[in-house]
Amino acid sequence: MTDQAPDQAAARAAATATGPLLRTDGLTRHFRIGGGISRKTLHAVDDVSLAIGEREIVALAGESGSGKSTIARLLARIYQPTSGEIYFQGEPLSGLRSREQMLRYRSLVPMVFQDPFSSINPVFRVSHGILRGLKLHRPELSKPQRAAEAARVFETVGLTPAAEVLQRYPHELSGGQRQRVGFAQALALRPKLILADEPVSMLDVSIRIGLLNLMAELRDSQGVSILYITHDIASARYIADRLIVMYAGQIAEAGPVEDVLASPRHPYTQLLLSAVPDPRAPLSITAETDRGEPPRVIDPVPGCRFRWRCPLAIDECSHVTPQLRQLLPDHDAACHVARADAGIRAFG
Amino acid sequence: MRSAPADRVRELAGPGVPLGVPPDAGVPVLQVDDLSVAYQTRRGDVTAVDGVSFDLARGEFLGIVGESGCGKSTLLFAIAQLLAPPAQVTGGCVSFKGTDLTELTERQLAAIRWKELSVVMQSAMNALNPVKSVGSQFADAMRAHGVSSKREIAQRSAEVLAMVGIDGAHLKSYPHQLSGGMRQRSMIAMALLFTPDLVIMDEPTSALDVVAQRSLMVQIKELQAELGFAIIFVTHDMSLVSHFSDRLMVMYAGQVAEFGPTRRVFDAPLHPYSVGLLDAFPSIRGPQVPLTGIPGSPPDLAKLPGGCRFAPRCQKVMPACETTAPPLYQVDDIQVRCLLQAGRGPAGD
Ligand SMILES: Nc1ncnc2c1ncn2[C@@H]1O[C@H](COP(=O)(O)OP(=O)(O)OP(=O)(O)O)[C@@H](O)[C@H]1O
Ligand SMILES: Nc1ncnc2c1ncn2[C@@H]1O[C@H](COP(=O)(O)OP(=O)(O)OP(=O)(O)O)[C@@H](O)[C@H]1O
Ligand code: SF4
Ligand SMILES: [Mg+2]
Ligand SMILES: [Mg+2]
Repeated sequence: MTDQAPDQAAARAAATATGPLLRTDGLTRHFRIGGGISRKTLHAVDDVSLAIGEREIVALAGESGSGKSTIARLLARIYQPTSGEIYFQGEPLSGLRSREQMLRYRSLVPMVFQDPFSSINPVFRVSHGILRGLKLHRPELSKPQRAAEAARVFETVGLTPAAEVLQRYPHELSGGQRQRVGFAQALALRPKLILADEPVSMLDVSIRIGLLNLMAELRDSQGVSILYITHDIASARYIADRLIVMYAGQIAEAGPVEDVLASPRHPYTQLLLSAVPDPRAPLSITAETDRGEPPRVIDPVPGCRFRWRCPLAIDECSHVTPQLRQLLPDHDAACHVARADAGIRAFG
Repeated sequence: MRSAPADRVRELAGPGVPLGVPPDAGVPVLQVDDLSVAYQTRRGDVTAVDGVSFDLARGEFLGIVGESGCGKSTLLFAIAQLLAPPAQVTGGCVSFKGTDLTELTERQLAAIRWKELSVVMQSAMNALNPVKSVGSQFADAMRAHGVSSKREIAQRSAEVLAMVGIDGAHLKSYPHQLSGGMRQRSMIAMALLFTPDLVIMDEPTSALDVVAQRSLMVQIKELQAELGFAIIFVTHDMSLVSHFSDRLMVMYAGQVAEFGPTRRVFDAPLHPYSVGLLDAFPSIRGPQVPLTGIPGSPPDLAKLPGGCRFAPRCQKVMPACETTAPPLYQVDDIQVRCLLQAGRGPAGD
């Protein structure tokens, strides 16, 4: 353990005059699973403090099941935190009470869901969702203006011809087309911050690049911030300013994307980066190739949650939970062994 | 974490109902011949799959890539006989181990699903029953195929779940209690409950981190080597197909654009669309370069142009491309639909 400030985000926020657009403080969400005597507590998100600045794209990567979507859902107020607080433009979200306040927050911070098959209402044409959103969140627009705006955002995400695609039912669209409908809906709201949960996972590389360029362009020309949840580390590098890596409900490492990629400090980040495949190079599978294992988030015991897979684990790792601490300026890792100098390498 | 031994899987699956000829008889596991599928819509027919043909040998791994909306899922649904109106097979046939699947009744199809032919759909959320726990869905599939011992069901369910890296406690979880990647992995686990001859997977790892993905793919390949099932794998992840598939099919606007041994297609892509696909991904190493993808958008499948479907976006377009629809040409072991190869013979099978 260290005595460094646990709330790095707040410290950093204080450094800038305006503060971050959004920050979380000790955000935690547990779920009860099983029933009767096999009742257990699943720690989906544990003590996560992060910040998203104005005009910033923050990529959130990490293990499948590590809590990324849960964080997005907490930020979108779909889930309530078990503990911890979220601040948007300095105001705690727990203070949002009225329907108007919630509506305003939802239009400023829309979410694009990971599974576009279950997040679009199958009963209505795709125009329905987006027009309804526009009516609710941008009441100043007239009916023809709403239709024009819907067509405009559909074109922007490559759903062409927009007028025709808008008339379709969700089941008449392919996976990647539905995924872009979700993104277009968020875009139409003129958001401040888009919570984009794997928004390009079903897109071919060419359309994917188009959407990534669009996200960068939204940031650069309209000052939109994006929480970009992804498994595609190369795409995170392509557009993100900062990268947060999650493991088993906790932040393992966070920092400027180039710094984290160039010198990953947490052994899990090193493992993750070493596994990023290069289509042009032959696959390297060695006897020690990590086979993965279920993250231990159900009734977890104290200590580092990565220790069973970690070649660097020391005694301390099995009883003290490592806190996120600053190793380099703006570059944090939660590991007892990680040091500021780049000497230590577990994988890769 | 290692895969269960093949014998154990076979023993669990019990004696299979033989369908057609046994796979070892030299007959391909799957033969798709000139298959076409259209969706009947208000705007007329949307031809999502147009004259696709290929054979799949036992133990083969076929990768399929292509633009979003080009007909990959439709092709897989047609092969697995899962199409529902307004989709209709408008031509061609699909034969599985020598039997024409289109002639089978729903009951005969149910007898082979999961057991001989399993499908992992693009949306795990859609494929899983939302009101049943993962474990009870596994149990249903096994019971439907005659595995009735509770102990066997519990043991096999735990085995396949462990294989895909999910905590056994989640057998009691409902789909909405799992993360996106966990749902996908449960579907893969379900597809591997038995010893299928063919496993069809539609973007099965799009929600997985690269560590889990690599571990899962290596295990699937090991299991495949052991049991000899064939795999059709649709993905947008070029590195996955480059590392794991034997042959690669590149689709564009419902048709095969290029098809051949994966290495050949990667090393020397012939179709301008394949070239574009292979140039379009960013890397985590080396200098950052701005990428543009392939400018333009694919044709409306309800109003297909007369010439080459890729012509409006093609870097190599020639006057003939605007008017002549290119057939598939055979260039060594590669089939390619592009007039640049017009000197070559037609692809024949
Ligand atoms: N509603 C819920 N009830 C119970 N458990 C849940 C619920 N939602 C999520 N979980 C659990 O929380 C953990 C984190 O899930 P989450 O969806 O946040 O992961 P993720 O990082 O988005 O993973 P992926 O990359 O696979 O999408 C998982 O173990 C999951 O089973
Ligand atoms: N019911 C339907 N009615 C009309 N058109 C449809 C219908 N279902 C699909 N389509 C269209 O058929 C085409 C092929 O869809 P399909 O789902 O096979 O694409 P895909 O290649 O799997 O794409 P993705 O990679 O985005 O999943 C798409 O352009 C889609 O819009
Ligand atoms: S046929 Fe012509 S337009 Fe089509 S891919 Fe070949 S060169 Fe390009
Ligand atoms: Mg998720
Ligand atoms: Mg699809």
